[in-house]
Order: sequence, then C-alpha cells, then structure tokens
Amino acid sequence: MGRIVLDKVSKSFGTTEVIPPLDLTIEEGEFAVFVGPSGCGKSTLLRLIAGLEDVSGGVVKINGEDATAVPPAKRGLAMVFQSYALYPHMSVRKNIAFPLRMAKLDKSEIKQRVEDAASVLNLTDYLDRRPGQLSGGQRQRVAIGRAIVREPEAFLFDEPLSNLDAALRVGMRLEISELHKRLATTMIYVTHDQVEAMTMADKIVVLQAGVIEQVGSPLELYRSPRNKFVAGFIGSPKMNLLEGSEAARYNAHTIGIRPEHLTVSTDGNGWQGVVGVSEHLGSDTFLHVQCDDFEPTLTVRADGELDLDYGARVSITPDLNHLHLFDHDGQRIG
Amino acid sequence: MATHHSRSAARMMMAPAVIVLLGWMLIPLTMTLYFSFKKYLPLRGGDLGWTGFDNYTRFISSSAFLPSVQATLIIVGGVLVITVVLGVLLALLLDQPMWGQGIVRVLVIAPFFVMPTVSGLVWKNMFMDPVNGLLAHLWKFFGATPVEWLSHASLQSIIMITSWQWLPFATLILLTAIQSLDREQLEAAEMDGAPPLKRFTYIILPHLSRAIAVVILIQTIFLLSIFAEIFVTTAGSFGTRTLTYLIYQRVLESQNVGLGSAGGVYAIILANIVAIFLMRIVGKSLDT
Repeated sequence: MGRIVLDKVSKSFGTTEVIPPLDLTIEEGEFAVFVGPSGCGKSTLLRLIAGLEDVSGGVVKINGEDATAVPPAKRGLAMVFQSYALYPHMSVRKNIAFPLRMAKLDKSEIKQRVEDAASVLNLTDYLDRRPGQLSGGQRQRVAIGRAIVREPEAFLFDEPLSNLDAALRVGMRLEISELHKRLATTMIYVTHDQVEAMTMADKIVVLQAGVIEQVGSPLELYRSPRNKFVAGFIGSPKMNLLEGSEAARYNAHTIGIRPEHLTVSTDGNGWQGVVGVSEHLGSDTFLHVQCDDFEPTLTVRADGELDLDYGARVSITPDLNHLHLFDHDGQRIG
Repeated sequence: MATHHSRSAARMMMAPAVIVLLGWMLIPLTMTLYFSFKKYLPLRGGDLGWTGFDNYTRFISSSAFLPSVQATLIIVGGVLVITVVLGVLLALLLDQPMWGQGIVRVLVIAPFFVMPTVSGLVWKNMFMDPVNGLLAHLWKFFGATPVEWLSHASLQSIIMITSWQWLPFATLILLTAIQSLDREQLEAAEMDGAPPLKRFTYIILPHLSRAIAVVILIQTIFLLSIFAEIFVTTAGSFGTRTLTYLIYQRVLESQNVGLGSAGGVYAIILANIVAIFLMRIVGKSLDT
C-alpha cells in the first residue's frame, strides 16, 4: 500500500512557475526524503501530494488511482507539520483521537487505538495534558501519534525536526526511522538538512528551484553526484570544489574532492599550504588549509588526535580514485 | 540595578495618574453616596436634611424599578447575542481574501465612529419613521403595512440600533483573533478529515473563545449605561426605560437628586452582580 506517482506535475503561483513539470515515483514502503535549500519547492511538492495545494498541471496517482481531484481528507495520507499544528485547547488524548472522531469510529475502538499509539510513542503518562504543557519532543510525538492512528497509506513529514534542539533532533531522527521500519508504511520527508536526508532515507530526491537534480540512495548520491550542485549539497563537511589550472590538469572545468579523501602530511609532495582554523571533534579533526597555488581554502578531514598549530605548513595529497570531474555546465564527466 | 531608587522614582512618576484616577472615581462615588442619604430637591427647597434609607426604599418600591432592571438586562443581553453571533460570521467573511479588502474593512468599522446621538436620530428619522423611513418604503414595496418601530417594537428597535453601533467593535476584535489562528492547524484538521463546519466548531470557535470573552466583558460595561440612543428615540417610553434612564428621570425630570443617587447606588450593585456572573461564565477562558 502507498505507491505514489507524480506524472508531469507542475505548480505555478500566478505567473511564477515554482515547480516545472516533473516525474517522480515513490515505491510502497519506501522512505523518500526531499532535500534542498530553502525555497527550492520541496514543501510545495509535499503539499501538492497532500492535496493542500492544487496542481497546475499533471497527475498525482496514489496506489495507481488518479488522486489529482481528490480532497486531502480522502487521499488517505497523514501529515506532520513543521509547527506540529496540535490543537491547543484539546488534551493529548483528544488531539490523537481527532482524526478517528472525524471518521466516526465507535468510542471503544477510538480509545483502543489512541492508547496503542500512545504506548508506541511513550505518551501514555501525558494523555491528559494539553499541548502547551509538553516539551518540544513530546509535542512532536503527539503530532506523529495523530498521524499513525489513522493508519494512512503514507506519512508526509514537513521539516518536522527543525524546531527541536540538536540533541533531541538526533533522538527523534532515530525514532522516526524505527517507526518506519516497524510500520513499513511509505513515508515522504521534507528537510533542508542533508544529514537527516543521508541518515534516514531509502531514496533521496535533491531539489533545486523546483527541479529534481538527482534521485537515488544516499550512497549513490555520495559516490556519484550527477552535478556540482548535488556534489556540494550532499556530504558534510562540503566537498571541495576547485576550478582553473588544477582542474585543467584533469581536462575538467571543476574538480571536486571530499574532505575525507584528502591526506595531510607535514613532509611530502602534493598541494602545499598553511593550516588555518582547525575544528577538533574528538573522532575527527577538520582542517581548513589555504594552499599556495589556488584561492579557495580546502577542508581536510584528519585524524582526531592530530595536533597542528595555526599557521603550520602542510602538504595535501588527494585520493585520485575519489576525484569528481565536472564540465562547464556543472555536469559530471567522471 | 532595579533598586530602591528606581522603584521610588517609578512610584513618584505614577502618582499623578493614580491620584487623578482616584479623584475621578472617588469624588463622584462619594457624592452619590452622600446625596443618596439626603432629601435634596433643587427646585423645591434644596437641601432638606438627612433621611436615612428613605430614598433607597422609595426607589426600589417604585413600580418603575423592576421593569427598568428587566429592560436593561434585555437590551444588554440582546445586543451581546447579536453582536457576538454576527461578529463571528462577519469576521469569518472579512478574513477571506477578496478584492477591495481595505475599503471593505474601513466601511465595516465606520458605524463605530458615529456618535450614539447621531446614529439614534438617523435610525429614528431615516430608517424607522413609519411614513418616510426606508424600512417603511421597503415594507410598502412588498405590500405590507409599515411597522411603527419605536412604539410597537420599541425594545427591539433600541437593540437593533445599539447592535449596529457595536457590531464593528466585535467584528474588529474577532477578526484580529481569527487572523492570529495558525493556518497549519486548519490544514491539519482538513487532512484529519474535518469538513468546514467541524473545522469551525472544533478549531476556530475554541480559538476565538478568549476574544469572545473580551468582547462580552467590554461591551457589557458600556451597554449597561447606554443613554443617548434611548433619549433621542423613545425618551424612555414604550418600555424602554432602563435603569440608567430611570435615574436620569428621577434626578432631572422629577428634580429629586437624593432619589436618583439612591438609584445610582443600585445601578452600581446591579453592574457588579452582572460582572461577577460574567466573570464566572466567560472569565475562565481568560485564565489559560
């Protein structure tokens, strides 16, 4: 259950085209993540699938049936909003029960399903509180609870973790991934955070200005980004991109090399440079190195115990097996 | 340093306002209490000395007292129901995006800027006049006999005029409340399968409860003392004599300051009873 197909779907607001016609298939049970910088149309795309916005052209199919003209409530999708959109005057119990009450299920059934959802999400002790009395993470879980009681065809998440602090975000990320494994329901997740995309997705859809730049599994995108944009967007810290004479040696307009594919040594040949700021994370150290021969600073991942002072001279050798080459238009050539 | 110094300076600077406010309240209140225990007839001998609770028993035992309390409550209640119900509906309507929104909103607020005396006279002469009024023409157009509004439906007429005046106030406050509603909540409810009417009762109305409480409390304060609308239309006849109007008649028409003052004290008590009930009913939604 829950195969979603977009066929030449487009969206314009007035005369501005936010999403040019695009095709996309999300297989049943898949965890798909839409990722891209803000304003790239990823939330709009999600709202088109939800039915909260009408498509300007094309067809949305859910389980093979044309759902383009079906109202949001009848599409069998559940959505978790960025602001959680809990109903502030209702208790947690009533919030979670709301979709079931609207579906006119009988009382005992509602009670059972609300309590099941609450125990899955560790909310049993909070059922009689109001959303205002809960912490951010608990509110998030209530919003998810309200989605799972409906047993939908697919879940839609609109940047659900962006209002949480860093530690909680990591925890909730795991909880959502686990929920996906347990329910095996299709999930579509929108985020601007590539770490969330990499860690959670079965399939990542990278968007820029309403256009799909690349679709693939996290490792596919990491190993062979189709263009410069995807290369720069996926991976943390960002891939180093060099133009000019260094790139010309490989017959490319731009070459890209990830920080983890650079080796740093104090004596040796390769690119000579001066260490700028170094960020010690314990497990790794990220060095920002200004090379003598070209302008952009290189980010290099080095051993966590490495101790190099500001201003130290180093040489850097790239791992040529992991070199990405791009042509003038930013397309991958090797 | 939020210290001794800055605190006493703050007290000094607040003092004038507090003193003026106290004077404004205390002096009229004390004078009302003072006169209510006196036999004071300005044109018939002036101050004729203390009378104890005589004024109080006379005012309350007058045959005009209970009907006046009743008329007051009917007018206040009627206006509250009409303004809140229509106010919510109008606010919902004005919240919809439409062409010329700015102008429409200004027009909706306009009646609030018309002085009560003027609006009373306009309604009386231009709308409700049984011969030349617009409503009379409308009735005649449909072949009906024009209603003599101010004599045959006097209380309803007063309620209508006052509602027309206060509707903009209610609409304005409720409109701002509706605009502060998180759109994602409505969208969430839509996804949860709530049709428009249910979205109104489960999401919009609870969200508005606080604004409705504010509207009811503020309007009650002002509606308990409406005077001009009655003075220029029915002059207190045809059952439109409210408590306020009765006090006015006792003081100025019968030239009995003591009796009127006693009525004033009853009005204070009535206002407080109403206020306590209202606080009990609607004040709860102000807590959270």
